[in-house]
Amino acid sequence: MTVLRAFLAFCVVALAVVLQVTVFPHVAWDGIVPNLALLVVVGAALVRGPQFAAVLGFVAGAVIDLAPPADHIAGRWALALVVVGYLAGRVRQDLKPTAGAVVLTVAASSFVGTSLFALSGLLLRDPVVDVSEMLRIILVAVLWDVLLTPFVLPLVMGLFRRLEPARVAY
Amino acid sequence: MGEKRWRRPEGLDKNERPRRSVLVALVLASVTMITLDYRGGSDSPVEPVRRAVGEAFGPVEGTTAAIIRPFMAVPDFLRSTNHLRQDVARLEAENDQLRRTVETTDLDRNRLAELEGLTRTARNTGYSLVPAHVIALGSRQSFSATVTIDAGTSSGVHADMTVLNNDGLVGRVVRATRTTATVVLVVDADSVVGGRLGSSMEIGTLSGRGATGGRTRLDLDLVDDAVVANEGDVVTTWGSEGGAPYVAGIPIGTVTAIYSSPRETSRRAVVKPLVDFTSLDLVGVVVPGGETRGRGVIKADGTRTAGGTR
Repeated sequence: MTVLRAFLAFCVVALAVVLQVTVFPHVAWDGIVPNLALLVVVGAALVRGPQFAAVLGFVAGAVIDLAPPADHIAGRWALALVVVGYLAGRVRQDLKPTAGAVVLTVAASSFVGTSLFALSGLLLRDPVVDVSEMLRIILVAVLWDVLLTPFVLPLVMGLFRRLEPARVAY
Repeated sequence: MGEKRWRRPEGLDKNERPRRSVLVALVLASVTMITLDYRGGSDSPVEPVRRAVGEAFGPVEGTTAAIIRPFMAVPDFLRSTNHLRQDVARLEAENDQLRRTVETTDLDRNRLAELEGLTRTARNTGYSLVPAHVIALGSRQSFSATVTIDAGTSSGVHADMTVLNNDGLVGRVVRATRTTATVVLVVDADSVVGGRLGSSMEIGTLSGRGATGGRTRLDLDLVDDAVVANEGDVVTTWGSEGGAPYVAGIPIGTVTAIYSSPRETSRRAVVKPLVDFTSLDLVGVVVPGGETRGRGVIKADGTRTAGGTR
């Protein structure tokens, strides 16, 4: 049963990444697309907590890093999404989960995730893009993610809630 | 009511501290992956994993792209029809025949025109081309400009092959799976192409800026500082040894501006690529003549060979 749940979670992440590279480029603004994988990780973090979300973040990041057409140094999105999953999961423990709080969490997570990816690129000199351009891209990415939150997050959170193993009531 | 959806079951997280070790392990795993890939270069241990993931995800991406293609083609079709109308208005006086053709345009005809353009390209350049569609685009957040095309090793496409369309140079193949290939566009920030000025035959290097939008430009650094590029000069590929990764004589773009800085004692020309990277669809991969299987190849004499068995 646990294996099945893990497999379903992986399928959700894989679907998010595939949609991100095939469907969303058609509606992209200047090539910047909503980061669906990141939304899935944040959704998982809000329902299941930091540990599960960090693991899911690693898987999602690795898929983005390895699935075509990625050509950047592998592991960079993995690192960014591990941190995002962990932080979003921690926030959930301190925050009353209202709609506004969820949107804020997504915005913060998106900013942190995309920035981390950009910073690792700067450190490794992977593709060298100047910082102002980088900031513009990060901000547009955050905007996209926030825009998609009302459509994606309830779906993802509902799904992970159903995937949650039954708990013993205290 | 509205807030209820976001609410989690109460009393779950009191005794649920995350395990530090898991986080540390995950971060270490990520850093290890980065290090392996960074240190290893082109023969890094990540490369086989990348290929395996590509084999799995390539067909999925291809299927998804095939499903959404009809829907996405509608605005594209309207836009290109509009575009064609403008062209027709301009060319009306000198080409009535062209207008008649374009007026009856529809989606199939657009596709046919693209294919005909590619056939013409094959004839003009003298190279054999494997036609392929773009099925996935890398996002801008990853700061690189890459696309996936639906032709792979089964069609004779391998790493370090030139990719072009009927406008000009698109990029080069960096890796190929059985059914798909990853193409780095010439506008990628890491991409460097040898270019030759059409007017003076002078050579230089063209590097991308990383953007794929309509205003995207390439920077041309000429080897000979004494040479001045003129606005409107066409830059073509200079060609690599053995035709890999770039074959010679493919048009890349036109010079739009020239900057000279006394500090660097060199002149930099800005080149506008001929290819519109925002609406990439049908592209051709240059393959060595006389060999392939899997799908039809457009030969240099303009004929199309039927695809063999896979």
